[in-house]
Amino acid sequence: MNANPNDAPLVLKLDKITKRFGALTANGDVSLDLRQGEILALLGENGAGKTTLMNILFGHYVADEGTVEVPGTDGSLQQLEPGSPNAALEAGIGMVHQHFTLAENLSALENILLGTEALTSFKSSRAKARQKLESLMERSGLSVDLNARISDLSVGEKQRVEILKALYRDARVLVLDEPTAVLTPQESESLFSTLQKLASEGLGIIFISHKLDEVLSASHRIAVLRGGRKVSDQPTEGCNKRQLAELMVGKTVPESNRDSKEAGAPLFVLQNVSTGQGRDAITNIDLELLSGEILGIAGVSGNGQGTLAKLISGLATPQSGSIVLNGAPLTTASARQMIDAGIARIPEDRHKDGIVGPMTVAENLAIETIRKPENHRFGFLKFGAIAERAREAITSYDIRCQGDKAPARLLSGGNIQKIVLARTLDASPVVVLAAQPSRGLDVGATADVHRRLLEARARGAGVILISEDLDELMRLSDRIAVIHRGVLSEPEKTESVDRGTLGLRMAGQSKEQAA
Amino acid sequence: MSDIFDILLSINFWNAALRISTPLIFGVIGALVCERAGVLNLGIEGIFTAGAMAGWMAVWLGAGLWGGVLVAALAGAFFGLIHAILTVPLGLSQHVSGIGVTLFATALSYFTYRTALPDVSSPPRIEAFKAIDVPGLSDLPIVGPILFQQTPMTILALVIVAVTAFVLYRTPLGLAIRAVGDNPSAVESQGLSVYGLRIGAVVVGSSLMALGGAFLTMSAFDAFFFGMVNGRGWICIALTVFASWKPGKALIGALLFGAFDAFQVRLQTEIGTIIPGQIFLMLPYILSIAALVLVARKADYPRALLVPYFRGQR
Repeated sequence: MNANPNDAPLVLKLDKITKRFGALTANGDVSLDLRQGEILALLGENGAGKTTLMNILFGHYVADEGTVEVPGTDGSLQQLEPGSPNAALEAGIGMVHQHFTLAENLSALENILLGTEALTSFKSSRAKARQKLESLMERSGLSVDLNARISDLSVGEKQRVEILKALYRDARVLVLDEPTAVLTPQESESLFSTLQKLASEGLGIIFISHKLDEVLSASHRIAVLRGGRKVSDQPTEGCNKRQLAELMVGKTVPESNRDSKEAGAPLFVLQNVSTGQGRDAITNIDLELLSGEILGIAGVSGNGQGTLAKLISGLATPQSGSIVLNGAPLTTASARQMIDAGIARIPEDRHKDGIVGPMTVAENLAIETIRKPENHRFGFLKFGAIAERAREAITSYDIRCQGDKAPARLLSGGNIQKIVLARTLDASPVVVLAAQPSRGLDVGATADVHRRLLEARARGAGVILISEDLDELMRLSDRIAVIHRGVLSEPEKTESVDRGTLGLRMAGQSKEQAA
Repeated sequence: MSDIFDILLSINFWNAALRISTPLIFGVIGALVCERAGVLNLGIEGIFTAGAMAGWMAVWLGAGLWGGVLVAALAGAFFGLIHAILTVPLGLSQHVSGIGVTLFATALSYFTYRTALPDVSSPPRIEAFKAIDVPGLSDLPIVGPILFQQTPMTILALVIVAVTAFVLYRTPLGLAIRAVGDNPSAVESQGLSVYGLRIGAVVVGSSLMALGGAFLTMSAFDAFFFGMVNGRGWICIALTVFASWKPGKALIGALLFGAFDAFQVRLQTEIGTIIPGQIFLMLPYILSIAALVLVARKADYPRALLVPYFRGQR
């Protein structure tokens, strides 16, 4: 990155912000400043306090100590009224939340206009707003159909509406919380080039992320938060991945690597399995999983891997073909029969399919084994034993929560995944189905997931790893197969697979074309 | 068969249909305003009763007819405020609170009536609203007698539909109300008050519901009876879904229901000797269930309906 705007005026100053939630210090003495035209990356693991800090900035929370300062009309820094989103908006701070704050039943234009006109006024001047937006869109390159209903827009388009919302209010500071979490690589790229453009026009930008690559390539300066404190703040030039990862996690991240080891006998076999037509359907899939191996399935989401995962976890039944585990047929098995047979499922959408949000951590841990004798007597649950085992799992899997009685929905994504891991892997399953197991997780949690999967492999279990992340696949899998439009390729030894070719094959080129 | 056509073609019939629809128009628009902001108001049945009682009693005590309308609206606002405080800042179950408000409002209305008039055998009557002639308009063929030979409250109901539609779709306030019923964090992130909008919508919506009740005692009849609301509030809740939360469709839904009600009364006198009258009484309700089944699956629910909003919680 160049054009480091070191002497541009400050547009924002956070001074010694401290915020506590009960015993937890979410932010401790964090100071941060931002200059005009600067792109600042705020890096940190999930739970490092990035989002809390930005919510204080935006007035969603009130800091226990410290102040937020913005330039007033005369240019000198003045304290921003705490706890008032309105004051933040007035001061020119625009925020793009990770979960979009758009009303789906309204058009893009209406969402942008919302709150910008007096509620007592009897008319709304859409023509003028539209004019201003047209010119904004032209200048920034953010194009959106203003008349489209939000529910009809893609994720990338919704994000553009969010940014336009801020620009329409003449934002001087734009904060983006994990902006690329929901975007495709192409969309992310175009987002960052837009941000560069906006910054060069004088907008100060903070983006929150835990992805090292994008932080390094798209920012002028990087501030790292860990455990609620700022541990580093330096120009991007001169930073490297390893150093940032260490700052973020606080220790050298142990990269789990698979040891070479002979795989065992065929364990789990899918033969000529097909489902019906339609999106995500699969046709004539043959798959043979050996014991003690990790079989990677690479593919872009929506190419049939979702259906494959459903079949293996007993949530769908194939139209034709057979599924066999250790010689026992499981073709039409239900989810419970699959679990009883020793197939563990780490679902793709952990929030929706991995846990029951309002139920406690202990209940979520016991949910798959509730019928086992250790969990009930005479039809009554043994709460003592369930809680006891939950506390053990909380310790051994390092699940960060307020105890076994905390509702699972309050946990971060990484900790929810740890619940899923503890529940599925503690039962020593024969087959582990891991669907996108590290998606959206930070470095530390990802390392945990990988370690656990390798442990299962070392124990002799077969692991099916469905992923879009080539690094993950190449590092963990013994063999890799590619799924495209519901057709699964012949698996190949990872050593003989080339990264670039794999990418092209995921995009639909045949092996010969890609080579 | 020709009898049925005679009924449907008579101006008298359509005039009656609009009259019967009037309380439903008030009620469904009131429910719609609440629900558009994300709050289901099952207090509606009780608020109807409170409006009917309060409006009538104000007139009976000498407040004048429009004074009665005002008192009814205030009574509705009062019970709406209770519901709003329980469900919006406190975030209680909207179902439970709504049923509670219905029981409370109904019981309080009966209690007040009985306390004020301990020993009357027949309810005292007031001088109710009369159908008015609008000079010029009332003489129009067909439309005149249907639309403009009504009581002022019916005209008011139609005006309120138009005003609601205008506010919802043409003003910044309406935009904010539609947004807060879909995604309150969108509203908060744009610097508006979620609680303010929701409480306001519930209070205003509840006053409209109370006007529906007031129509019964001050326009349709001239006295207050126990049980006179008779499920009209619940019908409005169903009609709101039928209308897909749109004022124009709400008007049509209320008119359809009114038309069926008027129709069944006339049908009873025509062929009531062959088929028991109760069948006809059921007709509008059965039809509203059937309409719901057909429409509700595609209904465009406000996404935040029934979901309480707490600041700073993701």
